[in-house]
Amino acid sequence: MIAEIFTASLFASTIRLATPYLFATLGETIGQRSGVLNLGLDGMMLMGAFFAFWVAYLTGSLILALIVAILLGALMGLVMAFISVTMQAEQGISGIGVYLFGLGMSQLLFQKFIGTPRTIDGFPKIAIPVLSDIPVFGEIFFNQNFLVYLAFALVPIVWFVLQRTNFGLMIRAVGQNPEAADAMGISVARVRYTTLILGGILASIAGASLSTALINTFQQNLTGGMGFIAVALVYFGGWRPTGALIGSLLFSFVNALQLQISVVGVGIPAEFAVMSPYIITLIALIFASKRRDKPDALTKPFQRGGA
Amino acid sequence: MLHKRARLLLTAMLVLFAMSFMTVSAQDDGVFRVAAVAPSATTDLAFSQSMYDALLSIQAEMGEENFEFVFQDGTFVVDDAAVALRDWASSGEYDLIIAHGSQFGSILEELAPEFPEVSFAWGTDVNTFGLDNVFAYTAAAEEGGFINGAMAGLLTKSNVIGVVGPIEVGDAAAYINGFVEGAASTNPEAEVNVVYIQSFSDVPLATEAAQTHIANGADILTGTAQMVVGPIAVAQENGVLWFGTQASQAEISGEVGVMFQVYHWEVVLSDIIALIGEGTMGGESYVLTLENGGLVMDFGQAVLP
Repeated sequence: MIAEIFTASLFASTIRLATPYLFATLGETIGQRSGVLNLGLDGMMLMGAFFAFWVAYLTGSLILALIVAILLGALMGLVMAFISVTMQAEQGISGIGVYLFGLGMSQLLFQKFIGTPRTIDGFPKIAIPVLSDIPVFGEIFFNQNFLVYLAFALVPIVWFVLQRTNFGLMIRAVGQNPEAADAMGISVARVRYTTLILGGILASIAGASLSTALINTFQQNLTGGMGFIAVALVYFGGWRPTGALIGSLLFSFVNALQLQISVVGVGIPAEFAVMSPYIITLIALIFASKRRDKPDALTKPFQRGGA
Repeated sequence: MLHKRARLLLTAMLVLFAMSFMTVSAQDDGVFRVAAVAPSATTDLAFSQSMYDALLSIQAEMGEENFEFVFQDGTFVVDDAAVALRDWASSGEYDLIIAHGSQFGSILEELAPEFPEVSFAWGTDVNTFGLDNVFAYTAAAEEGGFINGAMAGLLTKSNVIGVVGPIEVGDAAAYINGFVEGAASTNPEAEVNVVYIQSFSDVPLATEAAQTHIANGADILTGTAQMVVGPIAVAQENGVLWFGTQASQAEISGEVGVMFQVYHWEVVLSDIIALIGEGTMGGESYVLTLENGGLVMDFGQAVLP
């Protein structure tokens, strides 16, 4: 029975399911490290999912679809930055506003320009030469589509930027003590604008990975709240890229496991299996709450000279 | 002689008084008006679309000048639906108010007695709560499920069939149970694996469920509810045959679509409209069946040239 459950396809499924969570969580990690909470993540994902799908459907070009998703994500990140950084609106509420905008607008545009669900030929699997032939591991890790590889490649890249570059140092400084960062000559607003734009881009790509790679279709409210799970995963991961990776994989593994258990026919109630990813997330959040890695200035608008 | 200002005030009061009759008597203009709320999009190729298509069909039959409807889709949250239903009932403008979703039953049971002069309908269920102004409707989804399952049992080569279900309730459970029995009737050797993802709308999870079925050897898939667009795309990508229910998925499933059980709620709605016209506001239950034409089997491109 163990061999029936823990198959290569289970882990390959985990990798696939983790991809949109990983993109969104990495983007939110960058933003939160600079002190900004973005609850509009799910709305950005929906918009990215819709526009990527629409462009791919109209033109047949997946690369163009990805470029459009990136530009759209940057725009939405810019909007979020204007609202939360320049206007200093309460970040949680403004994020919810962005989420509702993305939810409604993607639905409206879908009804207006597509109307009924359609499918596209999404990003195909790319077998990495030699590596994909490795028994078991090859199927799991090296026979996935381009966006899966991109998501996992971003983990060390984001880590390197945050931990080994001047820009990463500025991000962390702004997130921990924006007053001190400002006194050192760092533009808090510019850093936060940049991180929110990057976060918007990654959120949009997360959505695009759903509609042009994982599912190859678009339907209203396609993400079903994935963006909010991603925000929770940032806390779970301790605001670290490696933590984002672990959280995304763990959450997705449990999801994939409950599907595999149902197919194989193990006598575990389906309801228990389905709620298990969320129970594990809650448990992880309890432990994460004890962490001291949380940016001290998270959710606090910065105003030179004090509030 | 009344002061000028008093005359104006009296005139305004008379006009408002007259307008209140205009609202109440809106239904007397010969136009039959329906308001409906549904949990998902009118383009979901499943549950909500089936009711929306039925209303369009009725409108085409009766004519737009005789039949009007409003449709609030994407209203999964019960509280949001309750607001819409109460607003419609309070307006007095509608001859029939439909709550299309089994989760709306409790609201209707509470709301209907407050508006005895308004006719309500809800599904999928047969319970009218003993109220004279509530109709109930459901579908014998197990019938088409059995046919789909029987066909799937005959067509499978790997003897493994995958089912992606939402939550094990209502017509979803009926369809899947019928499907499993149908497959067993023509191919007792076939293994039918059922996964309930515990959501009507989680498309990514439904998609992955379909992938898991295929990874476990399934060469035929079926599913129900609005999240099936994901599994259909997986079926197409892998060249796996697809059977559907609730609405025709022939177009989206392309060459892998075999057969679909299509709900025709207009069979029920026509009868309800006729009864309301005769003064019967509710108290009847309906079941769509193959026999009464409420369920129709539609073929996909895998079968038709």
